[in-house]
Amino acid sequence: MIRLGVPSKGRLMEQTFDWFAARGVRLSRAGSDREYAGRVEGAEGVQLVLLSAGEIPRELAAGRIELGVTGTDLVREKLAGWSSDLVELAPMGFGHADLILAVPDCWRDCRDLDDFAAITRDFRAQHGFRLRIATKYHRLVRAHLAAHEVADYQLVDSQGATEGTVANQTAEAIADITSSGETLRANNLRILDEPPILRSQATLFAARAALGPDLDAFAAVLGLQSGGVSGRG
Amino acid sequence: MITKRDKQDVGQRLLARFRATGAEEVAPDILLPAESLLDLYGEDLRARAYVTADPIRGEMMLRPDFTVPVVQAHMRTGAEPARYCYLGEIFRKQDMGDTRPETPRDHEYLQCGFELFSRDPAADAEVFALFHEALAPLDLQAETGDMGLLLDAVAGLPLTQARACALSHHIWRPGRFARLLARFSRPAVARAFPDSTAPWAGMRSEDEMIRRIARLQADAAVPPLSPVWTERLERLFALRAPASDALPALVELARDMPAIAPAVDRIHARMDAIAARGIDLGAVIFDASHGRTTLEYYDGFTFTFHADRTLPGRATWPPVASGGRYDALTRVLGRGREIPAVGGIIRPGLVAELEASA
Repeated sequence: MIRLGVPSKGRLMEQTFDWFAARGVRLSRAGSDREYAGRVEGAEGVQLVLLSAGEIPRELAAGRIELGVTGTDLVREKLAGWSSDLVELAPMGFGHADLILAVPDCWRDCRDLDDFAAITRDFRAQHGFRLRIATKYHRLVRAHLAAHEVADYQLVDSQGATEGTVANQTAEAIADITSSGETLRANNLRILDEPPILRSQATLFAARAALGPDLDAFAAVLGLQSGGVSGRG
Repeated sequence: MITKRDKQDVGQRLLARFRATGAEEVAPDILLPAESLLDLYGEDLRARAYVTADPIRGEMMLRPDFTVPVVQAHMRTGAEPARYCYLGEIFRKQDMGDTRPETPRDHEYLQCGFELFSRDPAADAEVFALFHEALAPLDLQAETGDMGLLLDAVAGLPLTQARACALSHHIWRPGRFARLLARFSRPAVARAFPDSTAPWAGMRSEDEMIRRIARLQADAAVPPLSPVWTERLERLFALRAPASDALPALVELARDMPAIAPAVDRIHARMDAIAARGIDLGAVIFDASHGRTTLEYYDGFTFTFHADRTLPGRATWPPVASGGRYDALTRVLGRGREIPAVGGIIRPGLVAELEASA
């Protein structure tokens, strides 16, 4: 039995259902909208498990589901060494979002990471503490800034309304997911002129431990990887 | 299989050797307040250290390092000169990237250390010789460097103060340093600072921005650094040779870069003192860039002892021992008080493995 984890609500669920439907597999909720059980038609031996998108990476790594749909951002942030446990089967072409670093738009002297690094240094000398970046993507942001050798900053945790932290003076900059940038603009924040920290989209992941003939058969139904996924390193 | 007990035994043996110099044994807390450590080391430490919360004391950290608590204790109570030694666990998590390493590093391991607070210039040689002697049977490669040499070389470049400050700030970050140096070597380009209609937001003040813009505008009028200086700096940074050969090379470099002459004299005196303790300078590597990838708090002499990493299973081994001079750290932690300090640590676990495979 292949257990397929799918986000349990909202546009992400609908688009996932559409993606599978376009490949001949009909996913649906069993019973009412409030029930988290699901039905699968068009493929044998597949069970639908509706989960919060944020829990799917962990459930995959723990082996409680064999396949899962979630954003690449969540997998990379939540699973250290993710590619030792998971395989990306297919990017699904929706749920696009970039993890970006944004600063107050009034900072006319801050265009790129070099400016940002210089400003963090000045800020620390001036204020006696490190410039604060509000984010919930701690590992991704830290790894990115370490790779670019930006040092004089600190991360402050923000699990929601991150764009408001600068106006509230609980952070000087933010790192968050954005698709259109509208919320950033509405909060007078501007994305640095740099490639995003991560380009994320909804992706079908498989647990590495579950790779085998059953998964190959389901992948073939979906028209993925004609050579079979089990051979993928 | 080497047990924790075996490693503890090796640690006790090394500790006894440190104690025999008259050093006082100290046992810092395992749970340390996170704030001062994070402020000192920055966000990178958060990726490596275990952080936990105490309802009254706030954020606490499982000891990621001994130097800071030993310096703090000395600043509170100590008289000089002071010698301290310690043995205990260090906790470091490994935040791997996309792939889990095949041989993960230990997340808790022993460190046996020695710290010397003294104004005597011969302290560097004393500490180095102590470590050299303790590790002598293991056939390790000793490497040394001197961050003061690099900082003096940067300070001696014909640069504006703002440029020199920025460069020396990034001396521990080789990529950013190289980019800055390349930028200062090109003709400056005046840049635009497009207007913004956004209201001012956040704790960085408009004044701070205006000051930085003024600095950047002034910088656009600064002539580029002559390539001859970049070439000299690169020649210095690339110097890596047995100390006996490196010393004459440094004297030669100091002819072109007079600013490093005092540091070269200092290194000469240190190496003489090391040789006077019976150590062959032909077998000690001097690497001018040695301290650049170590912790930022070393600001003078630095040293490491490495096992042969070409042997199977040892490619990712950290140094068996490392240390250096950290005067600036005592300045930061001493709230105005400053004490010259030099010290280092040995990893008894690695010593035990080397002894078992010998």
